[in-house]
Amino acid sequence: MNSFSYSRARDVAAAVDEVALPERQAKFIAGGTNLLDLMKENVMHPRHLVDITHLELNTIEDTLEGGLRLGALVTNADTAYHEQVDTRYPLLSKAILAGASPQLRNMATNGGNLMQRTRCYYFYDTATPCNKREPGTGCSAIRGFNRIHAILGTSEHCIATHPSDMCVALAALEAKVHVRGPHGDRAIPFADFHRLPGDTPELDNNLQPDELITAIELPPQGFADHHSYLKLRDRTSYAFALVSVAAALELDGDTIREARLALGGVAHKPWRDPEAEALLIGKSATRESFQLAAEKILQGAKGFPYNEFKIELARRAIVRAFEQALTNEK
Amino acid sequence: MATTHYIGQPTSRVDGRAKVTGQAKYAAEFNAPGLLHGVVVSSAIAKGKITHLDANEALQLEGVLQVFSHQNRPDLAWLDLSYKDMTAPGGSPFRPFYDEKILFNQQPVALVVAETFELARYAATLVRVQYESEEPTTSLEANLDDLYTPVSFKLGYQKPKSRGDFKAAFDQATTRIESEYYHGAEHHNPMEMHASTVFYEENGSLTIYDKTQGVLNSQHYVSMVFGLSKKNVRVLSPFVGGAFGSGLRPQYQLFMAVLAALELKRSVKVVLTRQQMFSFGHRPVTMQQVAIGATFDGKLEAIRHAAYSETSTFEDYVENIVNWSGMMYSCPNVEQEYKLVQLDMYTPLDMRSPGAATGVHALECAMDELAYKLNIDPLELRLRNYAEEEPSEEKPFSSKALRECYQQGAERFGWANRNPEPRSTKDGTALIGWGMATGMWDAMQMPTRATATLTSDGKLTVGSATADIGTGTYTIMTQIAAEMLGLPLENVTAQLGDSSLPLAFVEGGSATAASVGTAVTYVCEKIQKKLLKLAQAANNSPFAKAKLKDVTFSEGYLRLRSDATVAVSLTELMQQNSINTLEEKATALPKLLKQSKYARNTHSAVFVEVRVDEALGSILVTRVVSAIAAGRILNPKTARSQILGGVVWGISMALEEDTFMDHTYGRFMNHNLAEYHVAVNADIRDIDVIFVEEQDTIASPIGVKGVGEIGLVGVSAAVANAIFHATGKRVRDLPITLDKLL
Ligand SMILES: Cc1cc2nc3c(=O)[nH]c(=O)nc-3n(C[C@H](O)[C@H](O)[C@H](O)COP(=O)(O)OP(=O)(O)OC[C@H]3O[C@@H](n4cnc5c(N)ncnc54)[C@H](O)[C@@H]3O)c2cc1C
Ligand code: SF4
Repeated sequence: MNSFSYSRARDVAAAVDEVALPERQAKFIAGGTNLLDLMKENVMHPRHLVDITHLELNTIEDTLEGGLRLGALVTNADTAYHEQVDTRYPLLSKAILAGASPQLRNMATNGGNLMQRTRCYYFYDTATPCNKREPGTGCSAIRGFNRIHAILGTSEHCIATHPSDMCVALAALEAKVHVRGPHGDRAIPFADFHRLPGDTPELDNNLQPDELITAIELPPQGFADHHSYLKLRDRTSYAFALVSVAAALELDGDTIREARLALGGVAHKPWRDPEAEALLIGKSATRESFQLAAEKILQGAKGFPYNEFKIELARRAIVRAFEQALTNEK
Repeated sequence: MATTHYIGQPTSRVDGRAKVTGQAKYAAEFNAPGLLHGVVVSSAIAKGKITHLDANEALQLEGVLQVFSHQNRPDLAWLDLSYKDMTAPGGSPFRPFYDEKILFNQQPVALVVAETFELARYAATLVRVQYESEEPTTSLEANLDDLYTPVSFKLGYQKPKSRGDFKAAFDQATTRIESEYYHGAEHHNPMEMHASTVFYEENGSLTIYDKTQGVLNSQHYVSMVFGLSKKNVRVLSPFVGGAFGSGLRPQYQLFMAVLAALELKRSVKVVLTRQQMFSFGHRPVTMQQVAIGATFDGKLEAIRHAAYSETSTFEDYVENIVNWSGMMYSCPNVEQEYKLVQLDMYTPLDMRSPGAATGVHALECAMDELAYKLNIDPLELRLRNYAEEEPSEEKPFSSKALRECYQQGAERFGWANRNPEPRSTKDGTALIGWGMATGMWDAMQMPTRATATLTSDGKLTVGSATADIGTGTYTIMTQIAAEMLGLPLENVTAQLGDSSLPLAFVEGGSATAASVGTAVTYVCEKIQKKLLKLAQAANNSPFAKAKLKDVTFSEGYLRLRSDATVAVSLTELMQQNSINTLEEKATALPKLLKQSKYARNTHSAVFVEVRVDEALGSILVTRVVSAIAAGRILNPKTARSQILGGVVWGISMALEEDTFMDHTYGRFMNHNLAEYHVAVNADIRDIDVIFVEEQDTIASPIGVKGVGEIGLVGVSAAVANAIFHATGKRVRDLPITLDKLL
């Protein structure tokens, strides 16, 4: 672990100012559940930490449009158990509660969850080359142990996945990420927040280093009646997803009016394919329809020696998740 | 005073309160004024040598005292023998900082010592190490050409033993199965990280708090390697946060903390990181072949069991893997083979039920395969081949209530209702399967000494240099001593984990309760005799003619067995005779001659129910019944905890545990508890433990056989067999992750 200085930001403007000084190589710290681990492993070495836990970004409020605004510093636990989230956006609650452990969720914040880094073993181990950690050194996972790696949107430079559960639900719900930077506020549609690795695997997302996430905005439509978050992993709790599926439907009798489908554990970002969702519109809610959507979203999926299985697993998980959404089984 | 009958009672842990209130201190929690902190720098390569090690930048930080490495190691013991701890396998033990050679990945290459832990950890990142790397060889599968037969005198190792003519019998058998099994590497991962805190005393002697399963082993190692008199090395280990075998051998943090303390003449603490917990020994990757030939009605005619496993380039780590196939069932023709490959890794290390966890898994899966081939119920097949006497040595068992385990376990589980057809039971999207297996382990008693001190206020202290690695040793020592002298539990203090106490062996092999329990029994008997003598000395003593067998000790009194109202209080007795303390020492040696005429083992029958999602492959073990025959149970509560822990581990081993090596780097990659999966609460459902008690004073004079490992043996096989029953799919590789069922 490197030595670093620390300051606690008074307000949002100060936080953005404090992180901006380039010579500081500063980072925000929120719950610390990811950043501290990475610092202890010498994967990240900020020279300064700006503690943002005292900022007033810790509320959940209705938006004028009829949606919900989740403060960046509300904990994952408080978000998941929030009455409005639980009743109007149960998909999000379930996704959050499928992640990590109660202790971690009590510390982890909504902003931090979006920013958490990959769990690729090689990224975490400074004894091995990794393009994401040290650009240009090579990707150890491509020819190494890649059981937990991506099958969609990979590049020859990186095959890491984004490990979040929460983000898969946020992608399906088409949330917006509100950020504040030195030049003011902007909102980033969730689909544009995380990136694919391409030839810049060191960049996980499109947030600028001097920008602060202030809130996550949920649109009015919450798919409370027909949704499912299905997470498949190597143990029943406290493990990252091998494959996870956020599925949501609006039904008119047996006919699908609207469908959302996002996958976790398969790509460098929560994976969506509008065409796969479009295939479902107007169809009856049957296994055959779901299979078609599964085929479509997995088109172009490419396995590596240890994670080939994810393609078939994802196909089956998508069908199951939609079937669960019909009856809203857990 | 309430009854002082404690043996066999479900007494709660006497150290439970201290543990949950944080009063119980572990090796890393001791502090001294001016304590220095050492942080280990681990190698980034698996094979080659250090070409350059530059600690200047680290040393320039104020508060960094020294960086130790092969470059500045003082002269230490020269002979291999000096580095051999009591449980070392054959070969040449690893010597930290010996030279520039790298023998395994994460090998400790430097120790940074500083005034604070934070500073030492930071300085450790500034030590620049350059290597000349060679391609490591770390794959067992890829190097089967280099198999050899080990010659090792590791304690407890028995060479495989064939009998009869396997080949001829197998060829003639009407029903045959041949299968190969594989399991990946596993790491112990006790909750507590390995740590040593060395107090440097003014006279140069050392008081060391070490995480170990045997304080005498650590003391021996330190005195040999550093040329110190044992008088000047005291090792303490009052509490151990789990070890599972990882604390059998002194680990390198002990060497380093002592080295630094002696060189700097200061007290030093070294604590390993979780990542470093993956750097010193594991349950080795093993490939096994099992072939069984049987008659059409299920009588075993021939068994062949071969195991191929891995070791380091410097030691022959061996375990009894194939031997169980010669001991569990009556079968005239048995062929066994056990071979190793030397790889560029640290020497593997005994892990709970070493050998049996591995070997019995393969045998018991093979028995299930045979049962299906023969169309015989798996339990019935085992009963048809029940070994009435131990077949490999042709000796009677000192006791063996396995038949009762089968019967009681099956009844509790409801085995009779099983439809043998695979995939025959469904519930929604889940396939439900039932499987069973047998388990077997050794019953051992080791030479052990104990002391007892009774004071005239009725307080008793018993001590032995054994360990309590969470198993309940403190509690059973207290129970035995309290019952022997008829004192309330609160009046009895058990001492252990201190090298100044009398001899005990490392806590391993499930031998502690039998060994230490017997020594405590003996030493208390000696106190009993002294008390009886005192009672007899009084004028007109009603005890005048009594022998020890004619009296009892209960509720604080010495009483006549024939008339319990004839009694004298122990405290009064001592006070009347103006005696402040009675002290005794006793040695309990196993009766080797008598024992050698018998096979001494524990047994179990394990029944498992699984739910497997038909489409998604996810597996949940919903029900386990484990019926255990392990002699006399001193404390059904702590014993049950041991079995529960074993079953949980068995489930974990069957479904989750796997440390995977990247063979390009020769490095274990999932070296943390987020990615090395052990079972969590949500994985564990109903576990039911049955003890079938056995009367057996051959295994140990107090009838105890030990329960530390038997709970784990066979569980993974029962899980795998249940998965077959559920899905019709035979997965022969552990762990059985969901992808293997897609
Ligand atoms: C063992 C383990 C298991 C886990 N399992 C799961 C799981 O199954 N599923 C899952 O989804 N997650 C899991 N997690 C991850 C957990 O959800 C994240 O660590 C957590 O959400 C991060 O939030 P934090 O507030 O602690 O972030 P921090 O560690 O404080 O910060 C993480 C990063 O985000 C940046 N950051 C934080 N807040 C902001 C902000 N407002 N604006 C801009 N940047 C910001 C920081 O600079 C830092 O780079 C697990 C974590 C651990 C340690
Ligand atoms: S997959 Fe990405 S994170 Fe993992 S080693 Fe390759 S470059 Fe690094």
